[in-house]
Amino acid sequence: MRAFTYERAGDPAGAAKAVAATKGAKFIAGGTNLLDLMKLEIEAPTHLVDVQDLGLDKIEDTDEGGLRIGTLVSNTTLSAHPRVRQDYAVLTRAIQAGASGQLRNKATTGGNLLQRTRCPYFYDPNMPCNKRRPGSGCAAINGASRQLGVIGTSDKCIATYPGDMAVAMRLLDAVVETVKPGGDTRAIRIADFHRLWGDTPHIETVLEPGEMITAVTLPRPLGGKHVYHKVRDRRSYAFALVSVAAVIQPDGTGRVAFGGMAPRPWRVEAADALLPRGAKAVIERAFADARPTPDNAFKIPLAERTLAGVIAEARS
Amino acid sequence: MEFNAPAGKNLFDTAKVVGKATPRIDGPLKTTGTAPYAYERHDVVAGQAYGWIVGSAIAKGRITSMDVEDARNAPGVIAVIAAPETKPVGTSQYNHAPLFGGNEIAHYHQAIACVVAETFEQACAAAHLIRTRYQRSDGDYDLAKAKPDAPLADGDKAPHTQGDFDAAYKAAPVTIDATYHTPDESHAMMEPHATIASWEGEKLTVWTSNQMIQWGKEALGKILGIDPENIRLDSPYIGGGFGGKLFIRADAVLAALASKAARRPVKIALQRPLMFNNTTHRPATIQRIRLGARSDGTITAIAHENWSGNITGTDGENGTAQTPKLYSGDNRMTANYIATLHLPEGNAMRAPGEAAGHLALEVAMDELADALKMCPVELRLRNDPAAQVPGNPKKRFSERNLARCLREGAERFGWSKRKGEPGQVSEGRWLIGMGVAAGYRGAPIRKSAARVRLEQDGMLVVETDMTDIGTGSYTIIAQTAAETMGMPLEKVRVELGDSRFPVSSGSGGQWGAASATAGVYAACVNLRRAVGEKLGFDGDSATFADGNVRAGDRNFALRDAGMLSADGKMTYGDFQKEYDLGTYAGHFCEVAVDRYTGESHIRRLLSVCDAGRILNPLSARSQVIGAMVMSAGAALMEELTVDARFGYFVNHDLAQYEVPVHADIPHQDVVFLDTLDPVMSPIKAKGVGELGICGPGAAVANAIYNATGVRVREYPITLDKYLDRLPQVA
Repeated sequence: MRAFTYERAGDPAGAAKAVAATKGAKFIAGGTNLLDLMKLEIEAPTHLVDVQDLGLDKIEDTDEGGLRIGTLVSNTTLSAHPRVRQDYAVLTRAIQAGASGQLRNKATTGGNLLQRTRCPYFYDPNMPCNKRRPGSGCAAINGASRQLGVIGTSDKCIATYPGDMAVAMRLLDAVVETVKPGGDTRAIRIADFHRLWGDTPHIETVLEPGEMITAVTLPRPLGGKHVYHKVRDRRSYAFALVSVAAVIQPDGTGRVAFGGMAPRPWRVEAADALLPRGAKAVIERAFADARPTPDNAFKIPLAERTLAGVIAEARS
Repeated sequence: MEFNAPAGKNLFDTAKVVGKATPRIDGPLKTTGTAPYAYERHDVVAGQAYGWIVGSAIAKGRITSMDVEDARNAPGVIAVIAAPETKPVGTSQYNHAPLFGGNEIAHYHQAIACVVAETFEQACAAAHLIRTRYQRSDGDYDLAKAKPDAPLADGDKAPHTQGDFDAAYKAAPVTIDATYHTPDESHAMMEPHATIASWEGEKLTVWTSNQMIQWGKEALGKILGIDPENIRLDSPYIGGGFGGKLFIRADAVLAALASKAARRPVKIALQRPLMFNNTTHRPATIQRIRLGARSDGTITAIAHENWSGNITGTDGENGTAQTPKLYSGDNRMTANYIATLHLPEGNAMRAPGEAAGHLALEVAMDELADALKMCPVELRLRNDPAAQVPGNPKKRFSERNLARCLREGAERFGWSKRKGEPGQVSEGRWLIGMGVAAGYRGAPIRKSAARVRLEQDGMLVVETDMTDIGTGSYTIIAQTAAETMGMPLEKVRVELGDSRFPVSSGSGGQWGAASATAGVYAACVNLRRAVGEKLGFDGDSATFADGNVRAGDRNFALRDAGMLSADGKMTYGDFQKEYDLGTYAGHFCEVAVDRYTGESHIRRLLSVCDAGRILNPLSARSQVIGAMVMSAGAALMEELTVDARFGYFVNHDLAQYEVPVHADIPHQDVVFLDTLDPVMSPIKAKGVGELGICGPGAAVANAIYNATGVRVREYPITLDKYLDRLPQVA
């Protein structure tokens, strides 16, 4: 870990300004991902702006009948919130499928959206990685890639977005609210929030320098059956091989999003429309452009079988 | 005291303390976080500086340059030890890979530098300023590629044979020929290797985490080129070892070198990412098993060939270890081959050999049972040998109750409900199956010494360099001393892990419990004699009970003897060589496999164990439970992933090297048969710490087959290896 300076911000725009003002500065909230990365010098911020005093830890109903979740709301609090459990159960299930109780107590809503990949080569500073050291190459493409992405990847990077919470949020069409260093705010559809890697896998979201997440809003509830099935190598405290988030209506229509497959939660609206025709049709459409490695080609049939199970469960 | 004939009836047969379920006496320290582990021993010496180890970025080649100037000039830095500036340290008989010094790189994350600073953060920050350039050379990292040219291990000129395997196999009406793969595995214990080192002139003290104090002292002397008598090792609490702490590693070597350079005590813990490539691991195996049987299930031919690799081409993972012992069969062949691979050092990990061997042999037995349309418990009972060891007829079993383990396990587990035909039982989306495996692990016993001392305050103090690696050594030693001296348990204080104490067996190979308690017994017998001498009676025939001594019609309080001390050591006569000393188990597993996703969930695990007298059913149970978990992990998830391009284990942290969590095994049970082995020691006890990792994983694999009809012969059995063989789903 490198030496860094530290301050606690007093207001959101001030926090954004403080990060924008210092080269190499970063926000810190729960720190569950950033501190680990700093210990390995994968992240080496010069300055940390701690946002935990900003009071952005409320969950409120919106006028439209949805929910506004402050960026500092912990995973534990969010997953246990009565309205989330009642109206957005897929979000509760996704969050509780992630990490451990201790980590969920510390991890925040905004921080979780920015969780970085778990590619093993990203995690080893001795190895080439275009995300960690742009231009150094990608050790994963011909390496141990069983956990890695099958779609939306590039010749420069095949990492995945590893989280669970965002997969449910993508399914629910959440909107990410931010504040910029100048005080301007904007609302970003979660579908647009995470970038595909392309030639710049080190740039992971559309956030501008210093731009800070202040809240995530959920639209009105969808009804239907909410399912989150996370498939992994052990039953807790492991990242998804494949996860399926779905809301299925009584008539068999619905939505589906996938985790563990791509640089972002993977949802193709045109594939949603095929849900009444079953898992095979959905997967063929959603993963038509997949480019898996020999190590992770199993993820596509696994996603299909997992979705088949989810559909069967929703119908039962 | 020499143990030179099987034990007769003795005080342990009427024991009041030994054999009773006793909570670990170190438990409160562990559960309150107050047992000081090596890195936390802030009070043992003043002025401790912090060391940080830098690991090599390449697997094989040489360092062409190392720039340490920026690190040396960084804030708080006291010293930087750089491999190119250091003469390579020596090797002991226990380490294969070089530990430090020179330009040659033998494996990934080999220690190449150590930064010492006033604070941990300063050492770590400065270490990242070191710039090293390398010249890579090619290495061999792929066992399957190296296999065809691998020579026989241990200097063997030919496979071990009995009868005529080829002819018998050819003639057998039912045969199995299957090849199994087990991956490299890591000990992945919670406490990393850690050492505080301090010099006083020529004298070196290391407060460390090590299973074998005397080995460590000798090895560190050889490695550093100093007289072992000038070294003190102290390791009273160990946060897991599993064989990974049998030996001196880079933490101790660099703490000693750095302390000399810094002229201060230095503490070092291996960073977690270094644990997987810098230290040792269980080597991967490829095992081919051929079995031939008559149609009634009698095995007539049995062959087990094993291939593994290691950095020096010696001492790999011998999966055939249990095969000469478990099943009868007149025509036999075993062969153990070892390739040279340039991966990090392979070395002992919990039940080396057998743990991997059972994952092959016990699945092959299941495959044979399936081919015979026979119950796999029945098949094992049919081939349970009589008194002689099938693969070594010169020896006989000292005490063997495998058949009882299997029968009692089947009864308790509800085995009769199992359907022989696979894929027949389902509950909703779950396919349900049951599996069985037998278990064998040798029960070695080693000489062991102790000192016992009666104190002024009426306490009995036991001192021995035995270690407690989380196993319960403190408690069983206290129980043994309390029993022999006729004292209550709370009047016994046990001091362990210090090389100034008498030399014990140490902890490894599941020899510790039986060996160390026998040594303590020997010391107590000598103390009884000393008490008798002082008070004027014969210590051997007197009765020691409840803090009192009765000699004929005379009664004494033990305290009347005042302060007395006695050393004792248990050694073993040649008579044991006629016997095979072993432990046995029947393991049972029920799994549920998701018909959609292929996720396999263990529902129940049961192990019925035959391991002589159980000294403390509570800590023994914990030992077996832990070993079963490790075996389940080996079956379902544990794997060091080799990147054969770069020559290293890719998944080098606890997030990526997955071991089971509680949710993976919701129900586990352990049953001990009430047996005694008089050939072992006066206490008639055997170890159990490794028995529990020999077989449960095979029972898991067999249960998955029974649930699905799919056989996976490549561990770990992850769903990607069989998803395409599961039934179609809509």
